[in-house]
Amino acid sequence: MQELKEASSEQLQRDRWEEETLRPALNRQPERKTTFESVSLDQINRLYDRTDIADVDFDNDLSFPGEFPYTRGIHATGYRGKLWTMRQFAGFGTPEETNARFKYLLKEGQTGLSVAYDLPALMGYDADSPLAEGEVGKCGVAVSSLADLEMLFDGIPLEDVTVSQTINAPASVFLAMYLVVAEKQGADWKKISGTLQNDILKEYIAQKEWIYPIRSAMKLVIDTFEFCTQHVPRYNPISISGYHIREAGATALQELAFTLRDGIEYVDWGVRAGLDIEQFVPRISFFFNAHNDFFEEVAKYRAARRIWARVMRDRFGAVNERTMQLRFHTQTAGVSLTVQQPLNNIVRVAIQALAGVMGGTQSLHTDAYDEALALPTDKAALIALRTQQIIAEETGVANTVDPLGGSYFVEAMTNKMEKGALDYFERIDAMGGMVEAVEKGFPQREIQESAYQYQKALERGEQTIVGVNKYAMKDEPQQVPILVIDESVRSQQLDRLERTRAMRDKGAVERTLDAVKKAAERGENTMFATIDAVREYATLGEICSALRDVYGIYEEPSI
Amino acid sequence: MAQANKRIRVLVAKPGLDGHDRGAKVIARALRDAGMEVIYTGLRQTPEMIAAAALQEDVDAVGVSILSGAHNTLCPRIVSLLREQGMTDTLVVLGGIVPQEDIPKLKAEGVAEIFPPGTSTQDIAEFIRNNVKSRD
Repeated sequence: MQELKEASSEQLQRDRWEEETLRPALNRQPERKTTFESVSLDQINRLYDRTDIADVDFDNDLSFPGEFPYTRGIHATGYRGKLWTMRQFAGFGTPEETNARFKYLLKEGQTGLSVAYDLPALMGYDADSPLAEGEVGKCGVAVSSLADLEMLFDGIPLEDVTVSQTINAPASVFLAMYLVVAEKQGADWKKISGTLQNDILKEYIAQKEWIYPIRSAMKLVIDTFEFCTQHVPRYNPISISGYHIREAGATALQELAFTLRDGIEYVDWGVRAGLDIEQFVPRISFFFNAHNDFFEEVAKYRAARRIWARVMRDRFGAVNERTMQLRFHTQTAGVSLTVQQPLNNIVRVAIQALAGVMGGTQSLHTDAYDEALALPTDKAALIALRTQQIIAEETGVANTVDPLGGSYFVEAMTNKMEKGALDYFERIDAMGGMVEAVEKGFPQREIQESAYQYQKALERGEQTIVGVNKYAMKDEPQQVPILVIDESVRSQQLDRLERTRAMRDKGAVERTLDAVKKAAERGENTMFATIDAVREYATLGEICSALRDVYGIYEEPSI
Repeated sequence: MAQANKRIRVLVAKPGLDGHDRGAKVIARALRDAGMEVIYTGLRQTPEMIAAAALQEDVDAVGVSILSGAHNTLCPRIVSLLREQGMTDTLVVLGGIVPQEDIPKLKAEGVAEIFPPGTSTQDIAEFIRNNVKSRD
């Protein structure tokens, strides 16, 4: 009774304010628009107050940092103990060029590495494939074999530096190459840390760099889980990614829902393969986008932690804390960057990065201002890194844990995100799971629809992009310098590939490739055979081709 | 006058290895909403496949979407394959991430217009409508 009375007195106070203060204010000065929407086209209320968070149970829904359900963060001390890892995604041209960029970024205070591979590598083709023409080293660093990876990490001790590799369809091959490079450096696999993106579901959903049919590809992912749990226990074999889902046009809610439902799917597959959740789930990491709408993003990250903790406890019966704690990387939204007036992008990136920090990210990539034009120059990459350092060390936002916790708006949005994600889970569960939903084209259609609605809102002027559909300039100031990838990258890579092929033991290459095929055919863990093939310098294209022979290739249904 | 009633047919093409198809799909739907008939090739089409599809579908325009930086290799080849098979009037336009300095060369090679990120879909529809050649 007492509680009911209080709730209604809050409502009465709210009604009074609307009558006595709001109404006259609106009469004097109407609002700028009839409705206010987030960048996800979600309607935002005029004011959030006690009545909007009446259903929040502070002990169970928020709790304390470092305690279930981790809404306020997974660490009791937030960033007071340790700042987030500053991990700039980089890769272009030859392994030599990218190696130099890595060393430059480390020298300037970056604390982890993140490799961008080129499109042929992402698709499992060697640089000399006819399909690779025009694409070698363009969107990332060109890698066709162990020889390239040895060069890429030359002088970078893999036992000390954590490296994140953005690679998916051929991820198991890249994990194998990485481990062999580490071994050659004398590193102990048990001590290596780092992350493999290896999130194949979001490839079918959004980024679309696939090779094999979904179920075979899922089997490869589970192979890496099993292998890492046993042999590389500190390594994260997956980074379940909402980033690309968002870039493809999803709303913040769809990014959250599809990413976490992908997470559930991987855990389901791991459990079915006989893995122990308390062993492999703690090494699952996540990767989210940081878009323009500051509070929506903060709510998304906070909701993600709460949902994952509850899913792991209630759906999978987890008991260990680490199994329930969602750890994530954040990257600012590439899609929000503009070609027009590109220096404005520095400001966008700073605000997006701040949202990631306010949301409690474990690591962060800040985009360079020139990324809507090309891959970043040294100078642009440096400003992006400095942006993180300014947030970390000048603004004071890292001085206290979860500074936005308790905000009426943020808590109400966090609740809304959680509810919306659970609704999506129900729909996807009803389809039989995420693999089935993807086969039906469900998340793909949802994202496509959101992308189109956003474009329409933009063209109606309901959403604003400064410098593009508002404040555009006819005669823009001069262009910024951009990084040009020389066509000679291809010939340099072809030379190295030819030399590599010439110096190999041909019999050993054939024998190990055959073993990869046999492991795939028999449904065994393919990692051991893949590592053997990599050691003999079987190329990326050759190993993927062996697996293509067994698994076939994915054909996208028309959606 | 008969031409005015004929719906413009556009092939939206995504060549190269890149899978970023948000733009291609948004523009395909926008052109459809603007009253055109649109055929989308799907991902990873070679220039040969695109030219063959353009011929088979008898399109008035080919809209190419490239974000990977491979435009200098792929676009001129698409144009020359179209011309070789007698599609001399077929309009070829390009959308994507294309550095300013590449534009004159692409235009000289036969790409009618390049639409950078941020272009309104209405402007693209209007350009296509105003620049496709009428055929009898």
